[in-house]
Amino acid sequence: MAGAPFTRSRRGFLQSAAALAASTAIGGAQLAFAGAPDGAGYRRLLVLVELKGGNDGLNTLIPYTDAAYYALRPKLAIARDKVVQLTDRAGLHPSLEPLAGFWQARQLALLQGVGYPRPNLSHFRSIEIWDTASKSDEYLQDGWLTRTFVQAPVPSAFAADGVIIGSSELGPLAGGGTRAIALADTDQFLRRSKLARAESARGNKALAHILKTEADVVQAAAHLDGRYEFRTEFPTNGFGNAIKTAARVIANRAGVAAVRVTLNGFDTHGNQPATQARLLGDLAQGIAALKSALDELDRWNDTLVLTYAEFGRRPKENLSNGTDHGTANVHFALGGRVAGGVYGAAPELGQLSSDGNPGYALDFRGVYATVLDQWWGVDSRNALGGRFAPVPFLKA
Amino acid sequence: MIRFGTIAAFALAATIGSAHAAEPLGYDEARHLLVRTGFGAADADVRAYAPLTRAQAADRLLAAARTTAITPPPPSALDTAPLRPPRGDASAAERKAFVQQQIREGLELRGWWAQEMLVTPSPLTERMTLFWHNHFVSSQQKVRVARLMYRQNALLREHALGEFGTLLHAAAKDPAMVIYLDGAQNRRGSPNENFAREVMELFTLGEGHYGEQDIKEAARAFTGWSVDRESGTFMFRRGLHDDGVKTVLGRSGRLDGDAVLDILLARPETAPFIVTKLWREFVSPDPDPGEVARIAVAFRASNYRIKVALRELLMSDAFYAAGNRGTLVKSPIELTVGTLRTLGLAPAQALPFAVAATGMGQNLMSPPNVKGWPGGEAWINTNTLLARKQFLERLARSDDAPTAMSTAMLRTPDAGDVRAPPRQAVQPNGVDTDADKLRLQRFVQAMDRGVRNLHFDAAAFVAQFPGATPTDKAAAAQRLLLPLPAVTPLPDDADASTLVRATLLDATFQLK
Repeated sequence: MAGAPFTRSRRGFLQSAAALAASTAIGGAQLAFAGAPDGAGYRRLLVLVELKGGNDGLNTLIPYTDAAYYALRPKLAIARDKVVQLTDRAGLHPSLEPLAGFWQARQLALLQGVGYPRPNLSHFRSIEIWDTASKSDEYLQDGWLTRTFVQAPVPSAFAADGVIIGSSELGPLAGGGTRAIALADTDQFLRRSKLARAESARGNKALAHILKTEADVVQAAAHLDGRYEFRTEFPTNGFGNAIKTAARVIANRAGVAAVRVTLNGFDTHGNQPATQARLLGDLAQGIAALKSALDELDRWNDTLVLTYAEFGRRPKENLSNGTDHGTANVHFALGGRVAGGVYGAAPELGQLSSDGNPGYALDFRGVYATVLDQWWGVDSRNALGGRFAPVPFLKA
Repeated sequence: MIRFGTIAAFALAATIGSAHAAEPLGYDEARHLLVRTGFGAADADVRAYAPLTRAQAADRLLAAARTTAITPPPPSALDTAPLRPPRGDASAAERKAFVQQQIREGLELRGWWAQEMLVTPSPLTERMTLFWHNHFVSSQQKVRVARLMYRQNALLREHALGEFGTLLHAAAKDPAMVIYLDGAQNRRGSPNENFAREVMELFTLGEGHYGEQDIKEAARAFTGWSVDRESGTFMFRRGLHDDGVKTVLGRSGRLDGDAVLDILLARPETAPFIVTKLWREFVSPDPDPGEVARIAVAFRASNYRIKVALRELLMSDAFYAAGNRGTLVKSPIELTVGTLRTLGLAPAQALPFAVAATGMGQNLMSPPNVKGWPGGEAWINTNTLLARKQFLERLARSDDAPTAMSTAMLRTPDAGDVRAPPRQAVQPNGVDTDADKLRLQRFVQAMDRGVRNLHFDAAAFVAQFPGATPTDKAAAAQRLLLPLPAVTPLPDDADASTLVRATLLDATFQLK
């Protein structure tokens, strides 16, 4: 499949374009879909969940009938009877059991084999490729959301363009020209924001960055109210706290277009089973809590949750009870308007490359194109550096 | 083209350099040099360097470099008793006790290092130790054993201004590094590529100067590099070593790990990679390729003597160029320790200031990943900027509310990871996090009593500066505190306390 992604994607593109009756290739028509020129499309929320370190996709969505899987992973393979079976071939890691309900409600899309051509196996370079939506050999400064928001601005009445929770790396929101707010928790942010002042800038790049950050604080603080109390009980771990903060940000009347939360620790070169089981458990419980909170706000139907990571991990286990850096990976899309099902193609374990990695079935920029063209209704071509066929995981 | 540029740069440096070489630095250049190579700068130190020429000043800084800390390390760091980490069959209680002991020792270690930064007579030594900590990254979050982090820190300090090649070989065999990059799991027949990849990408060549096959082959060469479980020292496990023929970057043979490191040191990409990183640390965010090439040639020719590269950088016109002043963002630890040193404050305990830096995104001994802290503008986002301002606000008001700072820091959720190890280390071992929190709260309260001794007397601070009028004295104080004119002008009739507070909260105070 990796050999002919174009053919597949092209077909998917045509289908989805037909379904929408507003092809992204027709500039004027797509504005009528969701993104009015005033940025009204951004009332639909994007929640990105970064699985930092490179989650092992093969033990996340498990091809439990594939003998090659069990052969490649004599120690790490998840036993068939432990798998949360979703289809007659694939099932979830047992820690992801809380996501089974989403699957039954057809609100969980499994995006298989998400990757890009000539994959880079460095954490830092590969996440840069994902964050900037660049080609493998192209070096860009601005994140893909930054480029989007510069080209199609988020309404100025919004509290911020994007909010980064629990990480100091802005990732898809890096670069100039957007209002990206990073915060650890809303109470603390508001308490401290009294110390920031909007001041006039000068020529120095670092100084300009600091002054702009101060101005962003002032604007966001004017709009954010972190006191919303949910009936939902959030998990009492780090990721649960991040989800709670995200929910409180979303609860504000002044909107944000995108929220990014990060779950760290997926670089499981050694002793993978316990670590991944715990992390996937945090992930699934966190997402379930987010849905519950957004249901309270009546926002779940306007929310798209999307996971991403720099890469997947190698199908063959290493001798440290872990896995090394790999390439294409499985990701989740969840939300009230997600068309549940399986997209892309599972890794062909019998046809790995010379370095032991699978090819990709879906270009990650196609996933981004779905967000831009179909979720928000903004033209993806500039932000993504070309036209990528959306993956039709949204309901028409 | 590059050669021409290099020659042109030489010629330019020769003409301009000669104009400055014999002149004294003066106050502003001396301040710039000390702030860029240390943690802030006290007025008296600036005055001591002002009469020196560029060469004299650089030589004095480099001659003062140390290879050891003056602050005695915590006893736990020097403990050589067998480590005995809990084995697979250890009880939950045993695991818990071990983890908690390492947390405590890790905190002592951070406090010790911050203390050394506060009192060292050679701040450059600590800045370079920190530079290498951020280059040969290891994190206690993975290494867990605090004393191994101490040993690595001592190693980095010993070679901080020595020879890069020696440092590379030593850092590669450092037990904390071996654990951090999974060396112990790198075995003949099924190599673990973690170290082999990072040594090329992050420690020597930089991305794009090697292939995936080089990594696979190099990983085989490093097989068998391991750590003795009880003594925590480096151990070569011959039985796990792959002594077959490997080809790394075009060189073949029965290569072992040291041979691969020598191949990397022989590559032309290594010297420019290190010099570029030093440039970003000390000179400006935008390295000048011609100057980097020139300095890299001298660096490589000197057998990678770090002082040779630093001397060239600190003598360069770019270092002193007006356009490069105030273009670097202070790291959190520079902001906390540097502000204390600049204001002449000597807290009884240094640990609260290491904890404060954690809230701003820099947890000593625990960089976020093997690439280290990205630094520069990435230090500043809405969250960290507010943490910085809060710290400075508390400090400026420490004369009237001496305990407020530590209380605030106790509440800082971002500081969570300094007070608790990563959850992957804790959770499976069943540590009761509420009990942990209580214990840590008591611990921080104990520190708080130490912070109460910290009193900042703004009036006395401003009075030490020359000037006939309070306004003149205020201007002189700002000249020490800020790298650029303040963004927000001061009210004319500001008293000393208002002046210092406003200056510390000015956006330019975040810069150096």
